[in-house]
Amino acid sequence: MPKPEILDPQGKAVLGALPRLGFTGVTEVRQGKRFELEIPEITDDALAQIEKLAETFLANTVIENFVVRVEEPAK
Amino acid sequence: MKIGVITFPGTLDDVDAQRAVRVGGNEAVALWHGDHDLQGVDAVILPGGFSYGDYLRCGAISRFAPIMTEVIEGAQKGLPVLGICNGFQMLVESHLLPGGLLRNDHLKFICRDQKLRIENNSTAWTSAFAKDQEIVVPLKNGEGQYVADADTIKRLEGEGRVVARYLDVNPNGSVNDIAGITNEAGNVVGLMPHPEHAVETLTGSGIDGLGFFTSLAEKVLAR
Repeated sequence: MPKPEILDPQGKAVLGALPRLGFTGVTEVRQGKRFELEIPEITDDALAQIEKLAETFLANTVIENFVVRVEEPAK
Repeated sequence: MKIGVITFPGTLDDVDAQRAVRVGGNEAVALWHGDHDLQGVDAVILPGGFSYGDYLRCGAISRFAPIMTEVIEGAQKGLPVLGICNGFQMLVESHLLPGGLLRNDHLKFICRDQKLRIENNSTAWTSAFAKDQEIVVPLKNGEGQYVADADTIKRLEGEGRVVARYLDVNPNGSVNDIAGITNEAGNVVGLMPHPEHAVETLTGSGIDGLGFFTSLAEKVLAR
């Protein structure tokens, strides 16, 4: 996600469209990205590596925050 | 001087940059993103374009191209590096320059003749200009809004590291009208507008950009 102090022009554009579509009551929209990475086995090493790749590549920590979450795939 | 111009997949201003280098009296060396070889050049230009289709973030994938290992290492040792537009985006993604570049505040791609003030003429790339010289060069970007946290902006302003500032119109919402910045050493410069498109009268966009391509030689001659 763009950091809170960073203006998010795309989120602002989405927010601007909401009243035109009849959706009221939304005061803020921020737009981010979601990446789904699959790994064969969830281990501490693998998670540490994913944390590192998120920090160095998927996110630009100058302007973006990120969170790594573990989810089991739907069977 | 031998100035290398790196071509990435999706680069589109490399040929103009090479030509500007030659018009500026230097030798242009075409460099390839996939090589680990700067071919002994004296300086490097990261040209504009849409490398890797701007996927992930502009410059984020190119920043990890093989040749960037040598560029980053060289830049840290004083190699002059100029990043124009997409090249500027690569320099902030590489952390060779602080801050980031976001979507223009008005959300539209913009293309215009842009007036700039060259506020720092002591960098490797701007010594041919007079201090506070005003120039007009083409500007064309979709994600050119320069941002950085308040401390970084204060430091850039305090240390005179704003190389170029937008005059008359802020075309993309950049903080403090910042169009280009340099690193502490003054060898790395990132610039959103395109001086390489303004080096010959033939193309009708003036020759105000030429100084970026003659500065290196002047700096060497002045030694």
